[in-house]
Formats: sequence, C-alpha cells, structure tokens
Amino acid sequence: MTQLPRWADVVLVPLISLLLAGAISAIVIWAIGESPWQALKTMVDGAVGSAYGWGYTLYYATSFIFTGLAVTVAFHASLFNIGGEGQAQLGGLGVALVCLALPWPHWTLALPAAMIGGALFGAAWAAIPAYLQARRGSHIVITTIMFNYIAAALIIYMLVSVLKPVGQMDPATARFPAGTHLPTLHEIPGFNLIFTKQVPANVSLFVALFACWLIWILLWRTRLGYEIRAFGRSEPAAKYAGISPFRVTMYAMLISGALAGLMSINNVMGESGRLVQNSAEGAGFIGIAVALMGRNHPIGVFLAAILFGFLYQGGAELGLWTSIPIELRTVVQGLVILFTGALDHMVRMFLGQFFRPRPLGVA
Amino acid sequence: MDYATLLQILDSTLRLATPLLLACLAGLFSERSGIFDIGLEGKMLMAAMCTGAAAYLSGSVWVGVLAGIAGSMVLAAIHGLASITFRGNQLISGVALNFIASGITVLAAQSLFRQGGRTPPLSGDARFNPIELPFAESAHAIPIIGPFYAEVLSGHTILVYIGLLCVPLTWWALFRTRFGLRLRAVGENPASVDTAGVSVIRLRFAAVAITGILCGLAGAYMAAGLQAGFGKEMTAGRGYIALAALIFAKWRPWYALMATLLFGFFQALALRPDVITRLFHFSIPVPALDAMPYILTVVVLAGFVGRAIPPRAGGEPYVKER
Repeated sequence: MTQLPRWADVVLVPLISLLLAGAISAIVIWAIGESPWQALKTMVDGAVGSAYGWGYTLYYATSFIFTGLAVTVAFHASLFNIGGEGQAQLGGLGVALVCLALPWPHWTLALPAAMIGGALFGAAWAAIPAYLQARRGSHIVITTIMFNYIAAALIIYMLVSVLKPVGQMDPATARFPAGTHLPTLHEIPGFNLIFTKQVPANVSLFVALFACWLIWILLWRTRLGYEIRAFGRSEPAAKYAGISPFRVTMYAMLISGALAGLMSINNVMGESGRLVQNSAEGAGFIGIAVALMGRNHPIGVFLAAILFGFLYQGGAELGLWTSIPIELRTVVQGLVILFTGALDHMVRMFLGQFFRPRPLGVA
Repeated sequence: MDYATLLQILDSTLRLATPLLLACLAGLFSERSGIFDIGLEGKMLMAAMCTGAAAYLSGSVWVGVLAGIAGSMVLAAIHGLASITFRGNQLISGVALNFIASGITVLAAQSLFRQGGRTPPLSGDARFNPIELPFAESAHAIPIIGPFYAEVLSGHTILVYIGLLCVPLTWWALFRTRFGLRLRAVGENPASVDTAGVSVIRLRFAAVAITGILCGLAGAYMAAGLQAGFGKEMTAGRGYIALAALIFAKWRPWYALMATLLFGFFQALALRPDVITRLFHFSIPVPALDAMPYILTVVVLAGFVGRAIPPRAGGEPYVKER
C-alpha cells in the first residue's frame, strides 16, 4: 500500500469517508421514496440557515465536543472507550446532586461545582473498567459496554426510588434551583444581537472550547500526554522507556470519563434543568464518530462535533417537516463510523492509486 | 414459591433464553475464528425487521425466516469485508453496524408500512405457533416430572427446539469435525493454518456467515416467535447480553447454553417482581435484576470466577507474509 502524504491522510481520508457516507445516505433516502436533494436542503435550512438553527446545532455540538474529546484521549492510549454514554449519564447524576444540594445564589458559583460533580462521577464510572483492564486484563471494550447498561439501570433506580420528589409521576429529579440556570447565548450581552430568540446553546459551549485547548496541551505539551501517546503507539516500547502501563491506562480513562461526565453541564444543567432518564440521548456514542472523523485531534473533534451537531439538528428538522424518520441520523452516524473507523484502509487503498510515485518514464 | 409458579418462570426462562442462545452461538463461531463481533445486536435487529416485514407481506413465517437470515447476512458480509478483506478495526465495525441497523430498520419499516417504524402485527401462519410435544397432556399425571415436561418443555415454537439442538450441533462441529479444528486453529494461530495450506480468509468468512445465519434465526424468533412483529429497538440489548453470555461461557457451547439459561432466568424474574418479594420478603429493585447479566459478566471478566481467556488471535487481522 502506498504511503499517503500527511495532508491527504488528515484531510482527504475523512472527507472521502464523509462523502461515501453521504452518498449511501442519499441512496437510502431515495430508496424510501424521498428526494435526497430536498432532504439536504431541509437540513441546511433548519440547522445552519438561521441563528435559531445555529443555537440548536451549537447546543448539540457542545455535548459532542466533550464526548468526542473523551473518546480521543482514550484512543491515544489505544483504549477504545465505548462507555462514554454511561459515563455521561453518571456525570448527569453528579451534576444533579450538586445542583440540588445547595440553594445556589448564582450560576458562576454553581457551574464550577457542577463541573467537579459531573467530572468526578464520570471518572469514577470509567475507573472500574480502567482498573480491570490495567490490573486484571479484562477487555475494556466489553467492560465499558457492560457499564453502559449498568449505568442505565442505576439511573433508573436512582430516579424512580431515590431522587423523584414525592407526588411527581415521571421518573426525574426535582427542578434545579433558579441560581443554577446557565445563561444561553440569547441571554449573553453581545450574543443576543445574533441570537434574538431563546436557544438551548449556553455558556458550556465556551467550557467545551476551553476543554479542546486543554486537551491539546495535555496530549502534546505535557509529560503525561507524551506517555499516553507513547503507550498507545507501542506498549512494549513504552514499558521499556519506563512508562507504567497501569498509570497511563488509569489516567487516560479517568480523563476520558471525566470529559464524558462534563458533557452533562450542557444538557442536564444548561438545557433540561433536571435529570431525566436517558439524559445523554446517545451523545456518548456519537463521541466515537466525532473522534474518528476528527482524526483524534482537538481541532478535528471541534469541526466534527459541529458537523454532527448539524446532522442532529438537521435530522430533527427532517423528522418535523418531511416523512423521513429521525432515525436517519443514526444511519449516517453508523456509516461515518464504518467508513472512518473500519473501512479506512479501503479509502486509503483507493487514494493510494493517485499518490503512487510515478514510474520513471521510459525514453 | 409453589411449584406451579416455578414452572411458569422456567417456561418464560426458556422462551427468553432462546434468542440469547442463538445469538451467543452465533458469536461463538465468529470469535472462535478470531473475528470479534459486537454487532450481534444489529444483526438480530435487522433480521427481526426483515422477518416481520416479509412474514406479513407473504403470510408465511418461513419466508420471513429466510428474509431475516438474508438481512442478517448482509450485515455479516459487510463486517467480514471490513474486518477480513480490508483488515479494519473489528470492534469499530461492529459498533458501526449496530448503529446502521438501529436506524435503517426503522426507516425501512416506516417506509413500507407507515406505522411509526413498526411492522404490522403477525397472526396465523405468519407467526411461529406453539408445538405440543407428544404425550404432553397425559404426562400431567406423573408427579413433578410430568408437569415439568408439559409446562416447561412442551408448548414452545419450533425455533426454541432448533436453538437447543444447535448446542450439540455446535459442539460437534467445533470439536469433532475437521472444519471445527481448523476454525479453532485460525482463531488461535492463523499463521499455522496458513502454513498448512488452508485459506485463513475463506475459513473466517465461513465463520462470519454462520454467525449471520444464527443471528438471523435469533432475530426471526424475536419478531415471529417471542413477539408478533417488529418494533423499534425490539432486541433491547439482547445482542450484548449474548456477548456477555459468550464470555461467561468462556467460548464453549454447553456453557453457552447454561449461561443463556441463567441470563434468561434473570429476565424472567424481572418480569415477575411479585414472586421475588414473596420469596425473599423484601423487594429487589427490577433495575438490579436487569443489570444482573452485565454485573455477572464484569465479575467473570475480572477473573474472580475463573479466567475468561478469549481466542488468542481475536481482533487481529491476519496479514499473510509477502
């Protein structure tokens, strides 16, 4: 196989994967008797055609940045964390407990506390699979899948039997106190000139952007990041260099879980204002697609998160205005994961044809 | 708990364990050949939708089963292509196919029937009907064993018995045939199989195809046996429970039967919280029972109850030396 130039590997491979996923989705839309062109137009109009649409796209993107970064950090240590969904749900529990614990006077106090709560709970949920992987060799993919289901059961139990206020019917916590309300983009002076209507995107977007920068620093500018990447490239080499596999596995998974848990400041604290069942709504799984699409780099994760935010908001618009079911976005998500994560060699082989060194001309 | 209640629970145990068993054996073939498959869930779902749709349209359950197997095989073929031919990441491929199946089943069912992503209810010949085993009526007279035979073993649909039959068949195929020996070898050390002049690629594709067939049966049972028609996400994580059972069973067929019966028992108990309350005099929360298979699997994976060692070459694409 021909080695691709770096720019082709970074830009062309994800782009072609995306085009392939888009083409197959178009065929699917066409096969169920709808117009792919009309569908794309509806998605673009609804998701990025107005400030209101952007308010939703950015809201989804905020969650996906956190979960994408979570998968990225684990990927660099060559650990596949499928447990982002469970870690995000547990993070939601942490955020809810913090928000309900005190009558918070102002969001500037509540937000850091809730971030600590969410991150701690998310990290704790990742800690057990990490420990089992590092010490007992249990495969992290299987344990994190199992922990997703255990998390779902735990949250249902907590909501139904512990946290549900007396007299309430639906399994959810009480509403958080008013002091925990995070300003939305509509409520921030300056931004309200663009976002003239109430939108769900809130200040956690800036926390997410800051997290992107921090993770870049962590991975490429710190000793721990170097250890994580070295361990991910070659475990024996890392061991030989004196890097402890146990330490790296634990740290990578704890950071990964904390990032997934942090997502909950966006959806639980920022949007719904209480913890409901299945609060993460699959964002933990989208993190996998975002990380793969973003080539495991914070900038790529940011761009891919915006793309998936567009897909999510656009898909919801499709569900509203056309007879294309909202599940189309799950299909696109699966296709992107398939092409960027599993069939990437196929894309590279195909691209290799164009980058093959030219045979020396025969005179 | 009286004997009649126990029989009822055991009866639903067998019913609920069947899709787990079929999917678990499906995963066993794939993983024994060195191809990890976390896409059991998606294949079952796809098969359930195809079965529900084809059985309704044709009025024959067997057409439905064939359609289910075909649907599951398509996903198995993509998984084989990605993980064997293009040497991609098998875990990511499995995850991706689960998402694709989860979405596309609803899309297809909705565009075919416009009933909110389900297929119309099946009845009559479009569904599997219970089979009374011989002498089930007269066996009631025999104490203890008689009612067990009549209530628990008799009166299931054909796929339940096929599922049970698959256990010795799988054991025989894996441990008593040349194909089985090669299949196990290719999962442990593909290079040795290659050296012996046997195609690693063909063997692995054969294993993935068997996985497709068995997952197809599991999905067909979901849509036409356990329930009457396909509904969105109707497999509800059963593919993952089957995966858990496979690890619990340490990749062996008879243990797979026991593990799936155990997990089926938990599911049956979760349907009858009243029984548990009466039995233990306190109520175990239903979510705890739902989570039990997953917790047990983690305990097994942690190596507290013997070690679960997967096939050695599992998850690694085979690169033939050039």
